Amino acid sequence: MMNNNGSKKVVLRFPQEVADRPIVCELALRFGLRFNILRASISPHREGIMVMELIGNRDKQEEGLEFLREKGVFVEPLSQDIRMVEERCYHCGTCVGLCPTGALSMERPSFLVRYDPAKCIACELCVLACPTHAMEALL
Amino acid sequence: MGTKLRTYEEINEKIKKGQVVVVTAEEVVDLVREKGVERVAREVDVVTTGTFGIMCSSGAFLNIGHTKPRMKIHEAYLNGVMAYAGLAAVDLYIGATQPAKDDPLNKVHPGEFRYGGGHVIQDLVAGKDVLLEAYAYGTDCYPRKKLVTWINIRDLNEAYLFNPRNAYQNYNVAVNLSDKTIYTYLGVLLPRMGNAGYSSAGQLSPLLNDPYYRVIGIGTKIFLGGGIGYVAWQGTQHNPAVERTERGIPKGGAGTIAVIGDLKGMSPHWLWGVSIRGYGCSLALGLGIPIPILDEETLYYCSVSDEEILAPVVDYSHAYPYGTGEILGYVSYAELRSGKITIGGKEVPTSPMSSYSKAREVALTLKKWIQEGKFTLTQPVAQLPGVESGVRFKNLVERPVEASVIIGR
Ligand code: SF4
Ligand code: SF4
Repeated sequence: MMNNNGSKKVVLRFPQEVADRPIVCELALRFGLRFNILRASISPHREGIMVMELIGNRDKQEEGLEFLREKGVFVEPLSQDIRMVEERCYHCGTCVGLCPTGALSMERPSFLVRYDPAKCIACELCVLACPTHAMEALL
Repeated sequence: MGTKLRTYEEINEKIKKGQVVVVTAEEVVDLVREKGVERVAREVDVVTTGTFGIMCSSGAFLNIGHTKPRMKIHEAYLNGVMAYAGLAAVDLYIGATQPAKDDPLNKVHPGEFRYGGGHVIQDLVAGKDVLLEAYAYGTDCYPRKKLVTWINIRDLNEAYLFNPRNAYQNYNVAVNLSDKTIYTYLGVLLPRMGNAGYSSAGQLSPLLNDPYYRVIGIGTKIFLGGGIGYVAWQGTQHNPAVERTERGIPKGGAGTIAVIGDLKGMSPHWLWGVSIRGYGCSLALGLGIPIPILDEETLYYCSVSDEEILAPVVDYSHAYPYGTGEILGYVSYAELRSGKITIGGKEVPTSPMSSYSKAREVALTLKKWIQEGKFTLTQPVAQLPGVESGVRFKNLVERPVEASVIIGR
């Protein structure tokens, strides 16, 4: 039999209505999948965000993700890495107000903008908004 | 309050002797809280202000020198960005917001606007070679019709920044009440008030420290783009007669200044070409103005803090583009700078477009220049129009035009 097992990284967004319900554990119970939660946070817009690695049968992975979508969760693949080119950043902070996870933050009292890649979910909002192209998506 | 404490001459004398006392507009806030206006006014000679942000209505005049044979340039491009050539033969004006000729603009919305006039200015200041392509129709005295060459700032006869409108005295806070993301000059605004864009250095901002234009006037020497500049005129859209708070702070965009300065003395650390997604290109720059403490009143106005400066919150999905004038409320710069504001019970993260850390760096640099005797103060030769001047910002009143006289597109 062909081995159809593997792992996949996804970004899950939980709108406020579904954020409090324990639907993630259903992935294990119903679909026999294992998962690692890589990052999780609540965005300023009260939306839950989780970056997860799914491990197990690929067909079951798809079924599991479809189940989450039906429950109202937004599922996106985690595709890219984001980097900050520091010498191009003039520390305005327009990206800070957009960043859903706090990966970009304004340090006080210096008012310098700091980037913590460990919290980044590669939503690319900062890449879109940075006026000096200091935030880059690496393919 | 009105007693004269010192004159420009006395301050400059102290600068020369290395005895001048200078603090920044940020430092003076705590100083006054601690010691009171009267005492600080006696102790401090100069307060330095600073701002760093995207300032549209900026650009540079360049004189490239005459060619052989001579050419009266009719159309010109610098690194592919159109420069205005309708001045003389070899004078050009490169405007900060002009996008590259082949830029797809907003055809694929939101456009990237990767390179424009602001970037050309940054490249010039950085000492990079810039490609000039120029065309002319040819005259008896200026026969040449085409020119393609590299130019460099060091070889130009003149290169000076002339910005018709900079250093806005206060500004809007932008939010988006619609259901889709919008792309504005105050940044990317997420739907349903997902964030709030703003752009002022608040307590550090030059005209907020001299709200009635008592000391900043035409001829005032300033820090501009890391070099020396001057206030040339009131800025375009200068609007002194707006609603003000008790201590005279405008409750929205008000005064502006036009500034001029030698590009050859500036630095790319203080002049940045920028791309505003879905909106266009521009130039971000650092600008700082020293305020001589001539009397207690001057110092009192300099001691304004972020808590006391209010900005109007405006919906940029509708109220702003359609000019309805609707204001959702007022927030202070202290709230804005805390990272979140509350509007209608909702907590909204803030997205500043101007850099507070660099504004502070401008004020500190200017302070250092003055302390080291490298920068003296100038007395204005004329005042900016004040509250009583009758100068008001007007909107355009359109008038119907007969089809037969329309010559444009
Ligand atoms: S891509 Fe940018 S905005 Fe999105 S999470 Fe990462 S740092 Fe934050
Ligand atoms: S938007 Fe760009 S320049 Fe501004 S703080 Fe973020 S990374 Fe730096």
